Amino acid sequence: MNKVIIIDDEILARSIVKEYLQKQPQLELVAECGDGFEGIKAIQQYQPDLIFLDIQMPKINGFEMLELIEQPPAVIFTTAFDEYAIKAFEAHAIDYLLKPFNQERFTKAIAKWLEQKTTFTETATQELLETASQSPSQSNRIVVKNGSKIKIIPVHDIFYLEAADDYVKIHTPEGHFLKNKTMNHFEQVLDGQQFVRSHRSYIVNVQQITRIDPYEKDNHIAILRTGAKVPVSRGGYGKLKSVLGL
Amino acid sequence: MPASPFSARRFLITFSIAWLVLMADHAILLYWFDFPLKAAIVDSIISNIPLLGVCLLVMNTIRYYLPGREQYMNILIMCIVLTILWLLFTKWLLELSLNSFGDYEEFLHRSLIIRFSIGFLVLGIVTMMGINWFTWQEQQKNEERKTDAEKLAKEAELFKLRQQLQPHFLFNSLNSINALIGIRPEEARKMVQQLSDFLRGTIKKEETQWVNLLEEIQYLQLYLDIEKVRFGNRLATVIEIEEATQQMKLPALLLQPIVENAIKFGLYDTTGETIIRLETRKQEGELIIKVSNPFDPETSSPKQGTGFGLKSVQRRLYLLFARHDLLVTEAKENIFTTVVKIPQL
Repeated sequence: MNKVIIIDDEILARSIVKEYLQKQPQLELVAECGDGFEGIKAIQQYQPDLIFLDIQMPKINGFEMLELIEQPPAVIFTTAFDEYAIKAFEAHAIDYLLKPFNQERFTKAIAKWLEQKTTFTETATQELLETASQSPSQSNRIVVKNGSKIKIIPVHDIFYLEAADDYVKIHTPEGHFLKNKTMNHFEQVLDGQQFVRSHRSYIVNVQQITRIDPYEKDNHIAILRTGAKVPVSRGGYGKLKSVLGL
Repeated sequence: MPASPFSARRFLITFSIAWLVLMADHAILLYWFDFPLKAAIVDSIISNIPLLGVCLLVMNTIRYYLPGREQYMNILIMCIVLTILWLLFTKWLLELSLNSFGDYEEFLHRSLIIRFSIGFLVLGIVTMMGINWFTWQEQQKNEERKTDAEKLAKEAELFKLRQQLQPHFLFNSLNSINALIGIRPEEARKMVQQLSDFLRGTIKKEETQWVNLLEEIQYLQLYLDIEKVRFGNRLATVIEIEEATQQMKLPALLLQPIVENAIKFGLYDTTGETIIRLETRKQEGELIIKVSNPFDPETSSPKQGTGFGLKSVQRRLYLLFARHDLLVTEAKENIFTTVVKIPQL
């Protein structure tokens, strides 16, 4: 028996999936969730094999929710209209259902999943998330997990980002948070006019910089409003100068 | 503020050459009448430099204060007065510096009328040139504004077409209907009707049309009812219409994007129940509409929340009334408020 969870903020959208699921005896619905927070809890609790996930949801969207789950289950997205997301789906082998969809289309998606269950792996989901998180609507906030709590960081609040092994440390007014992503990822996602990769291991919010001092030979150091010091390499100094218009 | 003609290089060169010619001509003329060369040059300089000053003064005044068609008489009087002042000033200076040259004083007195005529002529020409230049500048600016407005209107038209269909809203509503067909067919039928009425209203109405508030609220109610089916208990609305405002007018389809924005902002920024409030009142003859929604100040800056929907409303209001102050947003604690003022024509 395969366990299934539906995550959608519209009750009727959940009920149609529920209705279609009745004709799939091999699937058992274990939970229904109205937003991403409930979704994360339910996924941790039930360890489902498959989730139906809406994208536009309150507070955190479907992609952001997936980012916070360590080993995300197989996903079939259900969405009404989101050009960007659809492109992301098509690039990766994950199926999606465009609302409204009928029983036939639904059955097909399930069949596809059952067939490739073995190959329908995490990597596909990860790749999808990587593509999806570059959509413009996502670049103005970052969602992180802090213990069991979920924190939404508006990007303009960020002081700077720092590489820390497999993670990136995000420094904000409320302390720092870790996110399981690469520096390259953030360099791509964040607005280049506001965030500059000043150093291999640092990305700095230029609006926070009060001054840039020389430091050892060839290097500089950026002093932030908070007093924090961020290393600036030679290449990084050039980038900073061009963004700041010096 | 329009650019000064002196910022155009060609004009500056022509103007300077003309002035040099004038000064040389003045000196040569006097020399022709048997004045010593030195006296002729001094006379030319003393007469023409202050005249240049007066001309520049007039030019600068016109730059900041372009006279209308009905004020040309004033300009003429101003030119005469300025010429007289200039003449008195130069006469005093000339007497002071050139008295030593024989019968210069008598010549000066006899030539005053000619000096006046030439001075008036030069000042008049420069003034006319200035007026022409700045009028032309203003026309060009108006032209630019017109093309801009036309371009905006075209863009808005395209945006409107796409917006009219509201794909996200439409497909989600259809999905809700699809679900209702299975569980509560009567409600599905009702929602099909509401959706049709709403779409018909959107397509039928012209953006240039003015409707009264009650009509617009009825149309809005269709939209809200559909959204309530979609979001169930999460969405509640409170609409308070002051009686005096019921028959007041507003541009068609103006309110819906504002409410849509409030719903999206409210619903997607909080997880609990979202109350959307709409209040209207009459103030100094204007129709005031206030729409408010909750938001989470911790996770979203209100700036991001204003979104594209409100921007297009603001543009429309500007195109209609040429005012930027008609749409105001405010974020206070956890309530985001949009206030629209509609002047009554």
